[in-house]
Amino acid sequence: MRVGIDVGGTNTDAVLMQGNSVLAKIKTPTTPDVFSGIVTALRFLIEREPSALERISAVMIGTTHFTNAIVERRRLQPTAVVRVGLPATAALPPMVDWPEDLCAALGDHRFLVHGGHEFDGRELSPIDPEEIRGVAREIVRRELRAVAITAVFSPVNNAAEQQVAELIRELLPDVAISLSHEIGRVSLLERENAAILNACLQELAAKTVSAFQQSLVEVGIAAPLYITQNDGTLMSAEYAARYPVLTFSSGPTNSMRGAAFLSGLKDAMVVDIGGTTTDVGALIQGFPREASVAVRVGGVRTNFRMPDVLSIGLGGGSIVKSQPLTIGPQSVGYELHQKALLFGGDVLTTTDIASAAGYFDLRARKGGRAKLAALDPALVAAAVDQIHALTEDAIDRMKLVADDLPVILVGGGSILIDRPLKGVSETIKPEHFEAANAVGAAIGQISGEVDRIFSLDELSRDAALEQAKDEARAKAIAAGALAETVAIVDIEDVPLAYLPSSATRIRVKAVGDLAIIREGVSS
Amino acid sequence: MRLITADDMEEIALGAAVLGTGGGGDPYIGKLLAIEALRRHGPVQLLDIDALDDDDLIVPAAMMGAPTVMIEKIPQGDEIIRAFREMESYLGRSITATMSIEAGGLNSTTPFSVAAALGLPLIDADGMGRAFPEIQMVTMSIDDISATPFTLADDKGNTLLINTVDNLWTERFARTAVIEMGCSAMLACFPMTGRQLKQAAVPGTISLCQRIGRAIRQAHNDGQSPIEAVLEVTGGYRLFGGKIGDIQRRTVRGFTRGQAVIAGSGRWTNQQCTLQFQNEFLVAQTERAVLASVPDLITILDAETGEPITTESLRYGFRVEVLGIPCNERWRTPKGLSLVGPQYFGYDFPYVPLEERVQQREQ
Repeated sequence: MRVGIDVGGTNTDAVLMQGNSVLAKIKTPTTPDVFSGIVTALRFLIEREPSALERISAVMIGTTHFTNAIVERRRLQPTAVVRVGLPATAALPPMVDWPEDLCAALGDHRFLVHGGHEFDGRELSPIDPEEIRGVAREIVRRELRAVAITAVFSPVNNAAEQQVAELIRELLPDVAISLSHEIGRVSLLERENAAILNACLQELAAKTVSAFQQSLVEVGIAAPLYITQNDGTLMSAEYAARYPVLTFSSGPTNSMRGAAFLSGLKDAMVVDIGGTTTDVGALIQGFPREASVAVRVGGVRTNFRMPDVLSIGLGGGSIVKSQPLTIGPQSVGYELHQKALLFGGDVLTTTDIASAAGYFDLRARKGGRAKLAALDPALVAAAVDQIHALTEDAIDRMKLVADDLPVILVGGGSILIDRPLKGVSETIKPEHFEAANAVGAAIGQISGEVDRIFSLDELSRDAALEQAKDEARAKAIAAGALAETVAIVDIEDVPLAYLPSSATRIRVKAVGDLAIIREGVSS
Repeated sequence: MRLITADDMEEIALGAAVLGTGGGGDPYIGKLLAIEALRRHGPVQLLDIDALDDDDLIVPAAMMGAPTVMIEKIPQGDEIIRAFREMESYLGRSITATMSIEAGGLNSTTPFSVAAALGLPLIDADGMGRAFPEIQMVTMSIDDISATPFTLADDKGNTLLINTVDNLWTERFARTAVIEMGCSAMLACFPMTGRQLKQAAVPGTISLCQRIGRAIRQAHNDGQSPIEAVLEVTGGYRLFGGKIGDIQRRTVRGFTRGQAVIAGSGRWTNQQCTLQFQNEFLVAQTERAVLASVPDLITILDAETGEPITTESLRYGFRVEVLGIPCNERWRTPKGLSLVGPQYFGYDFPYVPLEERVQQREQ
């Protein structure tokens, strides 16, 4: 058995799964401390299935906590940004294309120092230890506890970043250091951005991941804890605490992978309707299609591989106004159960419209039924039309072929859709649709990655690729993946040097199912 | 004359990426460098080609190197100023204005930095009407204007002055020097008089970049197709559409060479299009026919957003539209084709203008 948890900004969803079936599920509000919301969810699951406590083999958490912190500019720590690349790169200082409010949240602590490498691994300029110690003293003076280090061409040669980190640690042994080569790929500004975002989240990450772990301890679960990454694979809790940036965009990824799992479809559009927004994306062979352009997180350009998702302001809590009729983007969000007419409040929401149209039967409170009955039927009909039209339009914008495609509807807000959609061959609302994100976390896979420079003097490119693939497979298996499920999902080779001595940087990623999950299936 | 401010750069860089035909370097870096310079030093005057006096001295500015290096090793900032100072001291006179050597990609915006820093006007013209991988591939070569004296500066403070017998030699020496400089350098080249420039350059291309960029943005805002908007502004053709499959890249003598295969969709279902590139897209062909070749422009746009996609950012699974845009007429002369025709790039088929190829297929 395993538990999948999605800690969103509004709700915490959790599922208890055995093999391919969902044994129990719960949706509960996310609490400011994160911890008590998860404890509530876990206690509920165990109450439903008392044997689970002994039989849970892994807990997987997907969280938008870190993305939200960046987007909302909250709980970010002042960060020392060290770029190793002088005399080059001075024309564009770090954080050059950042939104001003985010810069302000991190403070202006940018340092450019000598060092780094050329494209072919030659030294760009030597590191001056005294220069670095000067920066370290300045970091001490400014009382900064997070440092991001980015050296030119560190993906080719990471020695400069390592050396600068060591020099800083001499003076600041306890500072949290983020090295860009461990996070991003070639392209200085985007990799540096990712390293800075990672650094400014260190304290929040330590606190949050520890809250995750504490919640397991609190309910007495001894199983290992994994956190989902943006590509749908898992990382250990310790790793996630060091690399919170890798969780960015894992929310949509989990929802889409959960949708694929619950529906059994591998190629389809996924419409995930939450409380405030609807995310629309495309599944290709069971994985979310990736965005082709650089994705911005909180206004900052990154070069992560991110799912290509269109977000529109339509959700179960979207506020409906008449004359003229508008739906969203304002939403009552987590206050739906207090503010919606249906629940006795005084705000007309999309959930009220769906209920008035007879799409579902929720027990109304405090005269909610009467309030719904008093709604103008023409308004309800027009709002229903517009809700469907907004959804159809979003699907159409994300479709890359004109053909009608199947659509998987997931998320708590998918009760809003009950009519056939235009441009859609069939609409599937799978069982447990409202917990697709938690299911997606629960089915997270294990990956193994090789990222190394191969000399092609004695090895052909094909032989080098084969060797890299074998190593990646072996790493995935060593990390806990079940051998027969391991497949290569990503290959990238970047030729480095010029003839005659050629070398190439090969990055290969292998992915497989977590072995203990499969054991769970057979048991 | 009009003033170009930091606010204009988004549109110019977007349009330049379309004319960049997949190469010409990352327009994002070019845009940031220009914006940073315009913010620091103030706006730049954009001059029509007619505003030049015959004996004005115009020196184009450019960045040279491998696109994959330029996105990683960003310039130091003073390179281009040193290259200009070196040029002025060798020629013994002051430079009147600068210009883009290529309207496509990063180099469309490179001269904005030096124009802003030195207070020079920028001429609304370029030497290609697109992007090309080599120095001698400019319309100035058709008029036998020398690329030299040619000055080159790197991030470490090195400056080189090159004088050569022809522009092919300039390319050889400069390329070798640039590799030693870490595969990225700034240069000043093709010093010209106003009279020479009026005859040799492709006029109006910076404004064209801005019109293309604006059309894509407006199409977005109005919910229209950005692809159609680009076709309208450029007089181009839709050549193919589909999903990127296999991509092969290798680095040869400082260039990224390779090919990408696109599996057709929509009206191109069951067809396959192969794109050959050397920094820029050179040839687009199906199993049946060549769809377009150099010197005509082949540009790849994201099927949804209309964002141009460069050869180095091509990835498996991207849904793209392949557009063909007719090149400047001067490239279609025998001398133009000897510089940048398909045969120069090692293909054995003759050049057929894009419009004729489209017409033949429609028959």
